[in-house]
Amino acid sequence: MVMLREVSVDELRHLVSERALAGETMLLNMGPQHPSTHGVLRLLLELDGEIVVNCIPDIGFLHTGVEKNMEAKTYQKAEVMTDRLDYLNPIGNNLVYCLAVEKLVGLDVPPRAQAIRVILAELTRIASHLLWLGTSSLDLAAMSTFLYTMREREMILDIFEMCSGQRMMTTYVRPGGLWRDVPVEFEDAVRRVLEIMPRRIDEYERLLTTNELFLDRTRGIGVITAEECIQWGISGPVARAAGLKYDLRKVRPYSGYEQYEFDIPTQPDGDVYSRYRVRVEEMRQSLRIIRQALDKLPYGPVRSNNRKFVPPPRSELGVSMEAVIHHFKLWTEGFVAPKESVYAAIESPRGELGVFLEGDGGPKPYRVHYVTPSFANLQIMPLLTRNHFIADVVGIIGSIDIVLGDCDR
Amino acid sequence: MANTNTEVLEEAVRVIKERFGASEHRFRDEVTLIIPPENIIEAAQTLKETFGFNVLIDETAVDYWPQQTPRFHVVYHLYSMPHNLILRLRVPLNGNAPHLETMERVFPNANWKEREIWDMFGIVFDGHSDLRRILMPADWQGHPLRKDYPLGYEEVQFSFNAEEIDRRKPYAKS
Repeated sequence: MVMLREVSVDELRHLVSERALAGETMLLNMGPQHPSTHGVLRLLLELDGEIVVNCIPDIGFLHTGVEKNMEAKTYQKAEVMTDRLDYLNPIGNNLVYCLAVEKLVGLDVPPRAQAIRVILAELTRIASHLLWLGTSSLDLAAMSTFLYTMREREMILDIFEMCSGQRMMTTYVRPGGLWRDVPVEFEDAVRRVLEIMPRRIDEYERLLTTNELFLDRTRGIGVITAEECIQWGISGPVARAAGLKYDLRKVRPYSGYEQYEFDIPTQPDGDVYSRYRVRVEEMRQSLRIIRQALDKLPYGPVRSNNRKFVPPPRSELGVSMEAVIHHFKLWTEGFVAPKESVYAAIESPRGELGVFLEGDGGPKPYRVHYVTPSFANLQIMPLLTRNHFIADVVGIIGSIDIVLGDCDR
Repeated sequence: MANTNTEVLEEAVRVIKERFGASEHRFRDEVTLIIPPENIIEAAQTLKETFGFNVLIDETAVDYWPQQTPRFHVVYHLYSMPHNLILRLRVPLNGNAPHLETMERVFPNANWKEREIWDMFGIVFDGHSDLRRILMPADWQGHPLRKDYPLGYEEVQFSFNAEEIDRRKPYAKS
């Protein structure tokens, strides 16, 4: 039985300034149960009056040991755990894991599955950005945006439910393709989103972009430069808002992103406002990608025909002995991957989301490591918050768009 | 100076192999260099300054227990933004309580990643500025991602062994 122990300031002596030890500045706990921390994040703030001298993030409250658990499951079963990491980007988490598995075993994905993956990944990006827009503007006391973005997010979650039966934990993308083809209503539902969303994004912009109160709270707050982003390994909207034109969909395309035309929005300032502008523009670009992918959505199978890795369709089980054998082998023993390691990465709504996957020649992954953007983004909190008011800390946390499930794994 | 990105990669691999005694491994267009622990910081420094590998994407570890030499591999993923290349470095470490020099001075974001490795694998990083646990509680014992750390589970109780298992269970007895 492990006894709980109090952590004293003495252990943090090397992190706080000397003034804190003399009692001149105040140490204040923010979180882990603070609504504006978007999850269970604890920040230890060293304050001089209302000015933040130092910020020490304390993470791990949402650590669920997913990486350890995945080592005990077969490749197919381990995928179910990946949705639970970044719960606002379930398709992305599935996708990056599947890309890694496919790379490890050398599995091809049919073009229709690739296109549907892209459509769903971009829908997830929009849904995630909508939630971010709603909650982070709620933090800055703009209540109405939250209600509107939630309404639109619902349309996208309905599409996920239509495809996979689940609104959030989809596990729809599978190694070698998809779980099943999309239903017939899928195209109409996505077209409805494509039709409605541009107007709605304009609406959000009317509420916020030139709103004096919003500008006061976001301009010049939490500034980071492009050099610092490179130095600290920051990617995604935070880096692009600092002028770094770096998007994995362009530099290292996956799932056929190279076929689609889209721009990478950047902003020069690197403050909270720039991040807001980048994300809003990203939603428009996502809509562009979805429209192109939907217009030329190819027909054909959505799963690889390689029966050593992908289970046969249900209809074959009644007529083919081989299909029964494959089905049985895949759902009991699983498939075997070589004793090698691979790295696959995608552009998640928060930045570069990578998977380092190592096989050991058996049916279970030997080591899975999720390289998550929230982990990288949280690490620069001390940089972003220094010399800001404590009220701005709330805005900054919102602007880097952390998901603690993604960060703590 | 090399022109295309592939040439840069080949040149980098050649230099690191020559100067730091690294060996090379390739799998599906991914290049891995296995570097002796004493040379890793210098090798990373060289890659960063000469070949533009300016981003540390990730640093993690793999445990090969019960094998002891090496027991661990510390794995670095470096990314070169100017050349759009990824290079994987692996550092083999022997024994149960290995030490490695910290990467923090070359890439500051190694700070948290090394804290996580210490937390999960118990690899000590010499010269690290803040080596505390990061994901597990501060008073946790053991390092969960080691292969000799059990994945906790509950034993299945049948009528013949229900009482025996019950006695061992760690909840309060009435």
